[in-house]
Amino acid sequence: MKPFIGVQELRNDLRAKKYSAVELAHFYLDCISELNDSINCFITVDADRCLDRAAAADRHLAESDPQPLCGIPIAHKDLFCTAGLRTTCASNMLGSFIAPYDSTVVKQIAEAGAVTLGKTNMDEFAMGSSNETSWFGVVRNPWNLSRVPGGSSGGAAASVSSGMTPLATGSDTGGSIRQPASLCGITGLKPTYGRVSRFGMIAFASSLDQGGPLAHSASDVYELLAAMEGHDPQDSTSADIGKTVLPESDRSFVIGYPESLFDDLDKNIAACIERARQQFEALGHRIEVVELPHIDAAIAAYYVLSSAEASTNLARYDGVRYGHRTDVSEDLLDMYCRSRTEGFGLEVKRRILTGTYSLSVGYFDAYYLKAQKIRRLVRDGFLSAFESVDMILAPVTPNTAFEINSLKADPVEMYKQDLYTIPVSLAGLPALALPCGFVDDLPVGMQLIGPHFAEGEVLAGGMAFQGETDWHEHHPSLESASTS
Amino acid sequence: MSSKWEPVVGIEVHVQLATRSKIFSSTSVEFGAEPNKRANLIDVAMPGALPVLNEEAVTMAVKFGLAIDAEIAERCVFDRKNYFYPDLPKGYQISQFESPIVGRGQLSVFREDGSVRQIGITRAHLEEDAGKSVHDRFSESTGIDLNRAGTPLLEIVTEPDMRSAAEAAACFRQIHSLVSWLGICDGNLAEGSMRCDANVSVRRVGDTSFGERTEIKNINSFRFVERALNYEIERQIDILEAGGEVVRETRHYDADRDMTLSMRSKELSDDYRYFPDPDLLPLRLSSEFLDRVRSTMPELPQQKLERFITDYSLAQSVAVRLTRDSNLASYFESTIASGADPHLAANWLLGEVAAALNREEKDYTDTPVSSAQLADLIKRIQDKTLSSTLAKEVLELIWTSDDSVDDIIERQGLRQLDDADEVRTLVERIIVDHPDQVEQIRSGATKVMGFLVGQVMKASQGKADPRQVSDLLKRMLNI
Repeated sequence: MKPFIGVQELRNDLRAKKYSAVELAHFYLDCISELNDSINCFITVDADRCLDRAAAADRHLAESDPQPLCGIPIAHKDLFCTAGLRTTCASNMLGSFIAPYDSTVVKQIAEAGAVTLGKTNMDEFAMGSSNETSWFGVVRNPWNLSRVPGGSSGGAAASVSSGMTPLATGSDTGGSIRQPASLCGITGLKPTYGRVSRFGMIAFASSLDQGGPLAHSASDVYELLAAMEGHDPQDSTSADIGKTVLPESDRSFVIGYPESLFDDLDKNIAACIERARQQFEALGHRIEVVELPHIDAAIAAYYVLSSAEASTNLARYDGVRYGHRTDVSEDLLDMYCRSRTEGFGLEVKRRILTGTYSLSVGYFDAYYLKAQKIRRLVRDGFLSAFESVDMILAPVTPNTAFEINSLKADPVEMYKQDLYTIPVSLAGLPALALPCGFVDDLPVGMQLIGPHFAEGEVLAGGMAFQGETDWHEHHPSLESASTS
Repeated sequence: MSSKWEPVVGIEVHVQLATRSKIFSSTSVEFGAEPNKRANLIDVAMPGALPVLNEEAVTMAVKFGLAIDAEIAERCVFDRKNYFYPDLPKGYQISQFESPIVGRGQLSVFREDGSVRQIGITRAHLEEDAGKSVHDRFSESTGIDLNRAGTPLLEIVTEPDMRSAAEAAACFRQIHSLVSWLGICDGNLAEGSMRCDANVSVRRVGDTSFGERTEIKNINSFRFVERALNYEIERQIDILEAGGEVVRETRHYDADRDMTLSMRSKELSDDYRYFPDPDLLPLRLSSEFLDRVRSTMPELPQQKLERFITDYSLAQSVAVRLTRDSNLASYFESTIASGADPHLAANWLLGEVAAALNREEKDYTDTPVSSAQLADLIKRIQDKTLSSTLAKEVLELIWTSDDSVDDIIERQGLRQLDDADEVRTLVERIIVDHPDQVEQIRSGATKVMGFLVGQVMKASQGKADPRQVSDLLKRMLNI
């Protein structure tokens, strides 16, 4: 057995009985025990139940028609509720919280036969771009342990990148799948808002949050998306739309190239994406320059809207029914204040305060309503670009993985990390992040952004690119991370 | 009350909708269940739980809107109303702030004398109820019961159109009657199915602007609305007459002491930071949906009332009383359908039957006498088989048995005496037996006639027709 195997090969091997699902689970659990101490991408490892489920998968594999992901290991971001297994959101507030139910995503993936290894680290309540806000400690980038993996799905990206799991779920509110996928050199998809159910996925900003897959390749991402997606009557914002369908493989696309986005981009990163652009042309796709207006206002609008929603989404953590409650308090108000002060970290508090402010009487129009207008303009800009192109090729991050602690003191600089991902989130569009080169031995990613519900097209674009390149087959050397 | 002052009252009524499940979850709504047994993971606001709007609640709100001829919003939004309270699990209540489902409408409120007053309805919106804090069960701490959390409420807000406590109580009663009629609320005030808040101010008669108002919260009976408002109106007048100023505040009505008291102001600010709930998409109501709801609407009290007046030539005040309760109205109609005279049916239903039900604390849904039985009884009055006195006796008997009216008349020999000779013989005997009274009548004391009729009735054991007896006496005494 070897790490970094794709879904198709794992499936074939399992069905051909080259190894059993139990052996495969052992292999990944061993990987985790070897590497997790130094990378810290798992908050909870569920070894016993994982092996039980792998044994059940082996029984299914012996039958004629096993499920599509039968016996294949997966790691869930620690904001997807898992019945009987703690779900912390990387917060002290939920440090020992065990949900009484499975989120729709977890349930569907289990029904597809995948076997859960554990829950991955993240920024607290998914608020962050570096995985440094986690109550359970920073996650390290497998390519360079002094660097961040990105966030908020930093644990998910690092676990795939380091070979601790072939598949991981993540969530993307302003870039939380695409940015860590890029900084860790793997492939990740933020689906169209409404494609994947949010039921049981702990909310950060409800109008932006979207669960999605992370894996080694666009093809694997597609496999996992198929298990995650679908209409869910328990989520009112879930779209009643069919499954993602890949277009015919020889289809050539018109790919939009938003030149102005590259003006301020690091030259080395721009060069990687420029090279990818040429490869797309060589593959027979046509490149067309597009304009994306109002992008410069997107970050401000995003932080107003996402913080506003977060400030009330997180009101339920009051110490009354579950989660952290302070030991001693004088009265009800004191109990609320102490429980929340102790339970939440600095970044979460900053966003609750920002959001509360922007929704308050006298500020609502100037902040919340204005931000909604910007959101509409950003969306309209994308929709008009998509009148002439099938998808848009864009950067994911302004730089490669940065040093741990280097941006922590400057939230605005940290927020700028999401410059290229946030506009897509505001517009609710699907975008596939995939590796396209290296700068100073650190991975560089790019994203293919599609119109609403055009996951099939952007995945096909990504598969075509990965058919001709091998950036996604580069893996970090983990000798320094190994503890055995 | 000093006549220099005019009260101005508007009310807000919270109506608990009689849906099977909660407004945003599938938990069934049931009064009196064990604490927290009617609360699923949405109701207790588990992390990751999401609301899904109950279509039945929407249908019920639309029914109310159609009944008051209101604008129904084609598109409306659910907002979050943010505040911390232990029995509010999410830390916000899902309500409707800027775009309610039901807009401006009109409610016809009937006074006791049958006259009508139009009260403007400002709006009605859907929202969820909170849970309950239980203070008396544990000595050291407060319990939280979330059974009620998420129960659908329709909050109905009136214009400040009422000018007396009695009018406000009549308006509350009319809303109660309408929502019960529509079947969208069980109308059970004792179980908290309806709660009324009243905004009240007073001003000098002739003033066009409003005085400073107070709000009395959570009044749960018609009588208390009237008493609380009367108290509060007097209180405000006393303050103003003494040269003081009314303070805008929330008050609560203490029924035991029959007075309103200032409630402590909320510890937390009143800025609810309303904004559209991103977990729920805007609700759009298609014209097909509205048509579908419209087709299920019952005949409204107002329409029925007008029809009763035209079809059965009933007095307005009688028609008002018959249409106050949908069960009474349909009981009345089926009695008529079984052949009873409308006037007699109305008199009997509002008189004897109502009194009997009242004695037994029953309502028109569980009366022991069927409308067919009542119609039979009335038909026997119409064909003079029974006098009204005898009919009351028969009513008592059919109240406790399923026997037919005719069987009872036969068996108990309650048939009215219709043999003219037999009646004449009785009348002659009474004339002979009472020479003094006959003399008095002949000399002009016609009042004594009643006494003689009574004697004849007594002699006939109540079976004679009093009108026939009276006519006969007059003829035989030549007066």
